[in-house]
Amino acid sequence: MTEVHVFPSAPAGTVSGNRGLTVEEPLLFEMGGEAGCGVDLPEPRDVPDHLTGFARKGRIGLPGLSEPQVVRHYTRLSQKNYSIDAGFYPLGSCTMKYNPRLNEKVARTTGLGDLHPMQPVSTVQGALEAIDAMAAWLLGLTGMAGVAMSPAAGAHGELCGVMAIRAAQEAKGNPRKIILVPESAHGTNPATAALCGYSVVAIPATAEGRVDIAALKAKLSDDVAGLMLTNPNTCGLFEREVREIADLVHAAGAFFYMDGANFNALIGRVKIADLGADAMHINLHKTFSTPHGGGGPGAGPTVFSQALAPFAPLPFVRRGDDGFELVETRAQAGADAHPFGRMKGFHGQFGVMLRALAYAMSLGKDGFRQASGDAVLNANYLLARLKDVLSAPFEGPCMHEALFDDGFLKDTGVTTLDLAKALIDEGYHPMTMYFPLVVHGALLMEPTETESKQTLDAFIDTVRALAAKAKAGEADFFHAAPRLTPRRRLDETLAARKPVLRWAPPKAE
Amino acid sequence: MAKLYFSEEHEWISVEGGIGTVGITEYAQEQLGDVVFVELPEVGTAIEKGDDVAVVESVKAASEVYSPVSGEIVEINEDLADAPGQVNQSAEGDGWFFKIKLSDESELDDLMNRKDYDAFVEGLE
Repeated sequence: MTEVHVFPSAPAGTVSGNRGLTVEEPLLFEMGGEAGCGVDLPEPRDVPDHLTGFARKGRIGLPGLSEPQVVRHYTRLSQKNYSIDAGFYPLGSCTMKYNPRLNEKVARTTGLGDLHPMQPVSTVQGALEAIDAMAAWLLGLTGMAGVAMSPAAGAHGELCGVMAIRAAQEAKGNPRKIILVPESAHGTNPATAALCGYSVVAIPATAEGRVDIAALKAKLSDDVAGLMLTNPNTCGLFEREVREIADLVHAAGAFFYMDGANFNALIGRVKIADLGADAMHINLHKTFSTPHGGGGPGAGPTVFSQALAPFAPLPFVRRGDDGFELVETRAQAGADAHPFGRMKGFHGQFGVMLRALAYAMSLGKDGFRQASGDAVLNANYLLARLKDVLSAPFEGPCMHEALFDDGFLKDTGVTTLDLAKALIDEGYHPMTMYFPLVVHGALLMEPTETESKQTLDAFIDTVRALAAKAKAGEADFFHAAPRLTPRRRLDETLAARKPVLRWAPPKAE
Repeated sequence: MAKLYFSEEHEWISVEGGIGTVGITEYAQEQLGDVVFVELPEVGTAIEKGDDVAVVESVKAASEVYSPVSGEIVEINEDLADAPGQVNQSAEGDGWFFKIKLSDESELDDLMNRKDYDAFVEGLE
């Protein structure tokens, strides 16, 4: 990196390269050399050296910057960010719903916000009660028998679920070798199975975008430890045969893991236990409106059926005779429990659980029912108002997300990627692209229930206008996008082939 | 003269003297877009027909490459580690993935010739 203050990719016509209040921002290391100094600490005097030869000999090369320089740096970077607070974020299978301010207020309550995980249990009874209350909500909404609150993300929850499946199979004498994963599942599903030492066998989708039952039957055997199914799947479709799938899996002595990333389509309406699932993670940062993506840590509590609940990991909160206790060891857990281990230090993402609890208590059960209904309605509104100009590969109605393929772009010279880049210029975060793989050039849009009709109409009008431009032969317009971002089209290929992952000081000439 | 065969998973295999050279087809590289990484099997690995033996990763997706025949891996294309773009430039030439010593040449009968493969791809459009 030699071009410290020269930014040829963003010609702004200004002498500084800045575009109004959008400021070109170098790295901290590029801004401050070692000559500067932000704080002025006195040199230590007469301190005996206990470092036994380990004292630093060279300089460590930290940039010398003042507090306002650092604050401005991070504030400017944050201003380049796109967030759910700034605009519509129709990223499919991500449930980018609004994060209510009430959640934040609750999480910052004095007494909750300042807790330390090493505090004695007697001093955090309220916090344990909050975890227990959130667990009760998750059990109530899913109808399941047990829940592990500690997983810290969706994929971590999947890992928790498959580790419980493995523990249960081992307890029966044989961990088995294979996890079945349909093509329409989330990409993390096969990764989770592989991480747990299982071979992944794919189940193809039918022409209507659902699991091929005949293919499933053919692949089931006593080598199969479990099936991981995303429902609704990434085509935005409900797997109607889910009960039959569960029965087939159980008949083969395997367990049924349901990926709960798309729970927002079902919450308040479908009891997961009724679908025959043995485990499902719940993304609190999706369905329960806590910050998602770069906005903060997530949480992926995992619910279990009666068969898997005894294998749930430590620690967990239990209501004892003298208030709430945090069960941290196998001995404490008791003879009936066979926890497979521990997923995380301490008890999980407590701040996220608090936000989710605030959300659950402010919605109530009827509120959840309305939320999932509105989420599905909004997705179908997008589908209905866009399917004549885009191309929908599967017959609707859809669930919480609407899937399109790139058939409408055939022979225009415009790709799904080009369209997404043009959307950025229009002020929208693009939809999920090229996923799921079961359709060509996928565009997957999930509006969630928190978007108004005005927001959706404005987005629809924009997408319709862009589709018309593409069909009118204005390919150059798309190939030049994005024009208005701090950086123009990035070279993804070069970035992947020759990644520059850390800054290094420029070499002396 | 080497004989060329194609699979429905978009691999090609060119066989000469019991050794098959395997890669992905021109159509497959076009669908994948710029290839950024190729993971190849180890020489000496015994492979069953249909096994996933390699991974090809592009800016759009990571896909598995299946062996169109059974046998033993005898050579891999080491150049792809530094120059994965060869798969885009020459999918059916310098962008080959691995060579395999066939254990059952009759498996080739299940594969397609160029004409049938072209018709198969036509049907996917």
